[in-house]
Amino acid sequence: MEPIVQYKDVHKSFGDVHVLKGINLDIRPTEKIAIIGPSGSGKTTIIRLLMTLEEPTEGDIIVDGQNLWKMESGKGMKKASEKHLGIVRNDIGMVFQHFNLFPHKTILDNCVVPLVNVRKMKKSEAVELSKQMLDRVGLGDKYESYPTQLSGGQKQRVAMARALVMKPKIMLFDEVTSALDPELVGEVLEVIRDLADNEDMAMVLVTHEMDFALEVADRVLFLDEGVIAESGTAEEVINESDNPRLQDFLRRFRGE
Amino acid sequence: MWSWETFIDAFPFVIKGINVTLGLTFTSYVLALAAGFIWLALESTPLRPFNFIIYWIREFIRSTPPIVQIFFLYFAWPMVPYIGTSFTPFIAAMIALGVHFSTYIAEVYRSGIESVDKGQWEASKALNFSKKDTWMKIVLPQALPPTIPMLGNYLIILFKEVPLAATIGVVGILSLGRTYGANTWSYIEPLTIVALLFLLLSYPSAVLIRKLEDKVNRRFDKKNTKVKVTE
Repeated sequence: MEPIVQYKDVHKSFGDVHVLKGINLDIRPTEKIAIIGPSGSGKTTIIRLLMTLEEPTEGDIIVDGQNLWKMESGKGMKKASEKHLGIVRNDIGMVFQHFNLFPHKTILDNCVVPLVNVRKMKKSEAVELSKQMLDRVGLGDKYESYPTQLSGGQKQRVAMARALVMKPKIMLFDEVTSALDPELVGEVLEVIRDLADNEDMAMVLVTHEMDFALEVADRVLFLDEGVIAESGTAEEVINESDNPRLQDFLRRFRGE
Repeated sequence: MWSWETFIDAFPFVIKGINVTLGLTFTSYVLALAAGFIWLALESTPLRPFNFIIYWIREFIRSTPPIVQIFFLYFAWPMVPYIGTSFTPFIAAMIALGVHFSTYIAEVYRSGIESVDKGQWEASKALNFSKKDTWMKIVLPQALPPTIPMLGNYLIILFKEVPLAATIGVVGILSLGRTYGANTWSYIEPLTIVALLFLLLSYPSAVLIRKLEDKVNRRFDKKNTKVKVTE
């Protein structure tokens, strides 16, 4: 199967700091990938490049056959226009660490407004679809609430519903449980597990929930110092790798 | 000495100027609100040297006294070659005050926009909102309500600067108070009336704005929507 996303020797620097040092990665259309690694290793940057929140310094990212950040011009490639980025971006959805819900809108409108304005869907259809999705994430009784009235776990579930109604082909999860109180993590992971089990879209999870990642991911990437240092099934990466930095990371993670 | 008779006699004479005083306040305020947006739009174009020039023009206007600008527009502008043209006193004062206050109001807008969390822009991008929808549906509805109290304060400050227009012959309540004094040699009563009228209009407005401020703060209570303005 053709990969839906390809990273080809992607580099990213912020000023003098060289964060990503040559990422090569193929993501298959239904694949669930978990990215683990020490903080500062560039995990979040990988998915922010795909969401077009950051621009790569070097290299190409191909989404569904189209170069994300570059486009054809008369001779050779030039920097992608905002229009081009918008077209490719349509396939991608993202859930953020800090939810980023729209505080001035009800949670129903958080889902409806993008459908109506971006997908140009009829209001009645948008409301119908949004309600279904909010029901699915367990917030069927909160349509008219505002984000400030919800707990962190509820906010994050709304954020997932909002991304999901847009029917992306690729969903990105940026440390979605890191800002939550420990007792609220479970309800959010439950939703992700539901998606991983029942949805065909590709999913990329940047996470610190190691055990969870290992359980739902088809493939685990260990990112270290800006490169993918290990890649394979959970079994392979956790139990069979002899990469000393990975061993060290896992040991620290388990508090040994 | 204070005479209630003079007070009662002067009152109807002075209050005739209230239309001009309020008219100048509101027209220059509307101009300031609109021009405030224009400053921000001009400064956020991607042309570096252009932004720089605009920034310094704005800084220049903000750092010079409004009365100098009123004089310049009324007396000097008609003499500027090619673009110079003469204004009536009212129009000259309106433009000068409107543009002067727009430089402050641009700062208020800016602080409102900067108070919108970075995550709101990122979420808008991730959902693929157009630039226009991001501004109109997401950013401005969050940026503007917290600025309302500040904008109200500038309305009151502007109102109190309007008598400057008397210096080029705009006949508001201050001019009429002075005229009454010149004709009768009683200055105390008419000028007291002028002061009372200003108090009567600006104090309730200030109270109203404080109420509004409480309301806005309650609605936008959480950390990331507090607006700070530094002058």
